[in-house]
Amino acid sequence: MDTFALQLLNGLDKGGAYALIALGLTLIFGTLGVVNFAHGALFMLGAFCAVTVQKILTISVKVKDESITFFEAYKEVPYLETWFGETGAAIIDYSVPISILVAIPIMLLIGLVMERGLIQRFYKRTHAEQILVTFGLAIVLQELVKANFGANPIPTPAPEAVAGSANIGEWLGLGSTVVYPWWRLIYLAFAGVVIAAVFSFLQFTTFGMVVRAGMQDRETVGLLGIDIQRRFSIVFGLAAVVAGLAGVMYTPILPPDYHMGMDFLVLSFVVVVVGGMGSLGGAVAAGFLLGILQSFASMNEVKSILPGIDQIIIYLVAVVILLVRPRGLLGRKGVMES
Amino acid sequence: MDEIKRGVSRRGVLKGGTALAAGLAAPTFFMRNVFAQDFRNNPGDGGTVTFGFNVPQTGAYADEGADELRAYQLAVKHINGEGDGGLLNTMQPLALKGDGVLGKKVVYVTGDTQTKSDAARASAKRMIEKDGVIMYSGGSSSGVAIAQQSLAQEMGVVFMNGLTHSNDTTGKDKRRYGFRHFFNAYMSGAALGPVLEAEMGKERRAYHLTADYTWGWTQEESIKNTTEGLGWQTANAVKTPLGAGDFSQYITPVLNSGADVLILNHYGKDMINSLTQAVQFGLRDKQVNGKDFQIVVPLYSRLMAQGAGENIKGIFGTTNWNWSLQDAGSQAFVKSFGQEYGFPPSQAAHTCYVQTLLYANACQMAGTFYPPEVIKALEGFEFDGMGNGKTLYRAEDHQCFKDVLVVKGNENPTSQFDLLEVVQEVPRSQVEYDAGIFGGELGPYEV
Repeated sequence: MDTFALQLLNGLDKGGAYALIALGLTLIFGTLGVVNFAHGALFMLGAFCAVTVQKILTISVKVKDESITFFEAYKEVPYLETWFGETGAAIIDYSVPISILVAIPIMLLIGLVMERGLIQRFYKRTHAEQILVTFGLAIVLQELVKANFGANPIPTPAPEAVAGSANIGEWLGLGSTVVYPWWRLIYLAFAGVVIAAVFSFLQFTTFGMVVRAGMQDRETVGLLGIDIQRRFSIVFGLAAVVAGLAGVMYTPILPPDYHMGMDFLVLSFVVVVVGGMGSLGGAVAAGFLLGILQSFASMNEVKSILPGIDQIIIYLVAVVILLVRPRGLLGRKGVMES
Repeated sequence: MDEIKRGVSRRGVLKGGTALAAGLAAPTFFMRNVFAQDFRNNPGDGGTVTFGFNVPQTGAYADEGADELRAYQLAVKHINGEGDGGLLNTMQPLALKGDGVLGKKVVYVTGDTQTKSDAARASAKRMIEKDGVIMYSGGSSSGVAIAQQSLAQEMGVVFMNGLTHSNDTTGKDKRRYGFRHFFNAYMSGAALGPVLEAEMGKERRAYHLTADYTWGWTQEESIKNTTEGLGWQTANAVKTPLGAGDFSQYITPVLNSGADVLILNHYGKDMINSLTQAVQFGLRDKQVNGKDFQIVVPLYSRLMAQGAGENIKGIFGTTNWNWSLQDAGSQAFVKSFGQEYGFPPSQAAHTCYVQTLLYANACQMAGTFYPPEVIKALEGFEFDGMGNGKTLYRAEDHQCFKDVLVVKGNENPTSQFDLLEVVQEVPRSQVEYDAGIFGGELGPYEV
């Protein structure tokens, strides 16, 4: 029971990350019809917003390190700590939450620049060409990050207050041995809030209503005199923000490196396909479903019966679902079928 | 009498002597001609000889590759008589004179392995066939090292391994044309054993998470043999896919497994992620079987320590070398490297630097670049002053035997470089083993 509960939480947590990335991918595909292979790079750029904020907050004065005599070495003491003492240290400690505020406008800007500067020129091209150009863009972005930050993962810890584990076993009456990292619980709640916010935005605002109408029938919305293209560009920016926030919040779980976007990209596409191309609800449902299945497939009891199942479960499920429901779980007729 | 006189005439003696001298010298002349003509990339009468440095310049190990490249460049500088000479000032015995190798200046080309076996082989092949390298070197992955070593044997060009820690490199996959200065998983286990016993006792239950490839398998086997030899039980040993990223689903079963030690047979990014996440799951604050839960990382590197940040504090492991060592060789290298680049070298940089010097010195000792003679000069070579105490390049498997460092993450670092604290310098005699235990064949000298 303990193991089951923990693996369920792991699956929900993993699923939260998949769902956030897949949600953005689906938003872009559903509105602009673009298969965006640079979406993983947006997740990575979000994570590096957190790294950049941390680096800015820890800009340091160099003090000669007398303990090293072989060469000129320096210790680095952050200015914030020098100027503000414990308050400065606390600000540095909360660099990841602070990064969320910084990442929202930056990712929005990056999304808009990406869409206006490059992606819009490929709307009328084939999906194969869109894939090539966005994949190329992803490589350029990750190489730029590597040139600036190096290839090694950069530790970006959660605030000290939530760095440990929560004793969820006691909450659930499962005993004191069932613990789960606070930050992963926060990530799960955060994913839920962001997903709910995106759905609410599309469901309950006029802007969202127009976008949904555009997704259904772009031409008719255009004939009504609405500049649907402008709104879709903003949706691209919104998708970039969602991916970026997913990246920022993931940094304490996975120390970011330039390649982290690619690691998530393939899985996220599988999630989108399983959920159904263009279906937002499908992307979210498939994200959580595949995350949970991946976690349960990693249990030693399962692997003793089916060795290696943890490494292929996602693709196996994708094959089965596509055989049974060729349009995915919640896919609509006509999407990518012309 | 006349006949006798004729037999010993002055002219006869001169003729006979000349013929004898020519006869005696003939093998050397012929051999020299053989060396000059019959081996790949013979530098001949040219004024330079080319080394190839094949390191990961892209991919996850690019930072480690960059440090290796810095070390190679420094080694070339020192061999050519530039800079402060580095370890040429401390190495014993030393044949190099600081004027290149056999009077030729060393130049070099670089390649990118991308930490992929096929890319590394393609890059090495290009160096051998197009750039004419007489020797190539590089490291950061055992799978990649073994692939390059096999190529070296096929092509008849010596490969000096950089960072590779699998037992297989000088075990079942050893090659006559491949040499390893770096230590291996067996040595890590042998060195760690007594320290783990002293620090954690004899009654422990270990849980292994192991990277699913050659290095992970051999490390798990070696550490398991050591810990079970101490009387520890193995609760479970689970293989994890390379580059798993999120290890949560592999860590949660540890919580209720009854294990009180987690051994992470991971390297690089995998180790950074698995250790970070294990700490987040509260393993280090846990008490199991009445004991404090412990985590062990058998192979440490500086980049891993940097990536894992605070999480490495107090965690035990081993390294081949550390810049904080106080012997003359280590200090000379740290000084040269530090003055050149502004920070201390990593253990990857150290082993690459030493390997380059050892190869160059072997050529100088052999008096030729002819690979079989250079290989013979390296086989059984004993040296000192390179930072690890007295070291032997064992002839039977081309593995170096030297002192191994048991380290732990520094609890109170005094500087940004002070990441690892040396707990014990384990003497060479404690990590030696029979060359036959891992099998394998070196193969022929002549290819």
